[in-house]
Amino acid sequence: METKKLKKVDIIFENEQGLSMAVLEKTLKRNPDDIILDLIDSGLKGRGGAGFPTGLKWKFTKNEENPVKYVICNADEGEPGTFKDREIIERVPEKIFTGIAICGYVIGAKEGYIYIRGEYNFLLKNLNVKLQEFNEKLKKLHFDFKIYLRSGSGAYVCGEESALFESMEGFRGEPRNKPPYPTVAGYNSKPTAINNVETLVYTTMICHMGPEKFKALGTTDSRGSKVFSVSGDTPIPGIYELELGMPLHDFVEDFGDGDTKAVQIGGASGFCVTRKKFNDTIIGFEGIPTGGSMMIFNSSRSMYNVLHDYLEFFCEESCGQCTPCRIGCQQLLKGIEAVKRGERPPSYLEDLKKLTATMKIAAKCGLGQSVGNPFNSIVDNFREEIIY
Amino acid sequence: MSTTEVLISELVELHGRTRNSLMPILQGVVQQEKYLSEDAMITVARELNISAADVFGTASFYTFLDTIPRGKNVVRVCKTISCHMKNKEAIIRALEDTLKIKVGETTHDKQFTLLTANCLGWCHKGPVMLVNDEVYPEVTPETAVEILNKYGRSK
Repeated sequence: METKKLKKVDIIFENEQGLSMAVLEKTLKRNPDDIILDLIDSGLKGRGGAGFPTGLKWKFTKNEENPVKYVICNADEGEPGTFKDREIIERVPEKIFTGIAICGYVIGAKEGYIYIRGEYNFLLKNLNVKLQEFNEKLKKLHFDFKIYLRSGSGAYVCGEESALFESMEGFRGEPRNKPPYPTVAGYNSKPTAINNVETLVYTTMICHMGPEKFKALGTTDSRGSKVFSVSGDTPIPGIYELELGMPLHDFVEDFGDGDTKAVQIGGASGFCVTRKKFNDTIIGFEGIPTGGSMMIFNSSRSMYNVLHDYLEFFCEESCGQCTPCRIGCQQLLKGIEAVKRGERPPSYLEDLKKLTATMKIAAKCGLGQSVGNPFNSIVDNFREEIIY
Repeated sequence: MSTTEVLISELVELHGRTRNSLMPILQGVVQQEKYLSEDAMITVARELNISAADVFGTASFYTFLDTIPRGKNVVRVCKTISCHMKNKEAIIRALEDTLKIKVGETTHDKQFTLLTANCLGWCHKGPVMLVNDEVYPEVTPETAVEILNKYGRSK
């Protein structure tokens, strides 16, 4: 599909053809500290949504003195509107494996894991075959490192890194308190570098092409490119790798159906941006950062239904461990239903917004903390639709 | 030994006798038997030397680790926003009418269980449904019913 305003980038899906192995062989001969410096220099930040600088994450894990360390690839892609990791896993798995192996080399780990959501079980057969081949190649390179696959079982919250560790250790996927951070105590309470699928592919590609080329893309605050998952009211839904730091206005020009009223950036836990703000919204770390989910709504959509859908999602996916999130999600859902039915006055929405503020402070993990993002951005921008 | 016990001892052999193996073992049982029976959970607990309550506690957390009997084929229709906008309701209605059950129920012949699921990661190709581990994007009410036939729906 053609995009007029935005320049498409081709790094993630660039032709594989033995590239991964060449990169791996070349990189395993380098000094780990130099690799870290390259990653820091490139400005790469985590592509899962949180945006932590990847080079620093690897550096912190490397600096931990512990004979046992782990690399984990977070493929528990559960954010509504996101499907890029599935495509990456299907199309360029070797680039992911290579990123994991390079990370293992840098931090000094012997084991790597890919935690892939249960909804993607149909990918496992092929992935396993490719992984066996890769592990064999590692042996031939005399690099003492092996990658294993682990599956999820249908829990959104397991995409939260500490919940993911709990799940891998055979427990309920309930997030832990932080600190300690994974770089200090992650899987099996050992230092763990956990990265998103897309981030690991970028590390492979930065080792391949050098930090300069990566850095040349994007803006000062948002270096490089990113894979976006575009869905909703668009004639061209799908996966697009684009430069970070783009104005939302250009995005809507390219992907909207001409009648776009709002864009939800970052999935259910992200922000809803309304038409009048398209011009001054930047997609990137200086504006609205995102794991790549871009859901487009046109004027035929009721934003009450959209918010209702998100809140139902959070009610079901809240792990139930901490009270602010468990009760908060339920009360927000009940609250907008009551306002809609006229059982509560419109001013009740202000009380509900205060509740999201409490959740932001008091919830244990990102799930409960971020429910206020869609809630406040939809209620503030589409108040009338919520009430009447 | 019952077939469940044999299956579990094989899975324990394969994945190891540690708590870290609990998820792969439970996933293996569900793969074969579609749900975790009380017997299965007690056997796993004994094999791993942990309490049965711990096994149930873990299993009951996960949507895909069912602890109530399910049909031979488990159908999950995505209900999250993008599929909602692409009229997942019509798919669910067609499946309910065809199977003569409601969401959450299992057919009398134990062939099909109909469930909804949160985002399955096919937002650009909704509506989407999973049958066991297989994925079917861009279904229509008609093709959804045809897919059931593939899984041996008796007409």
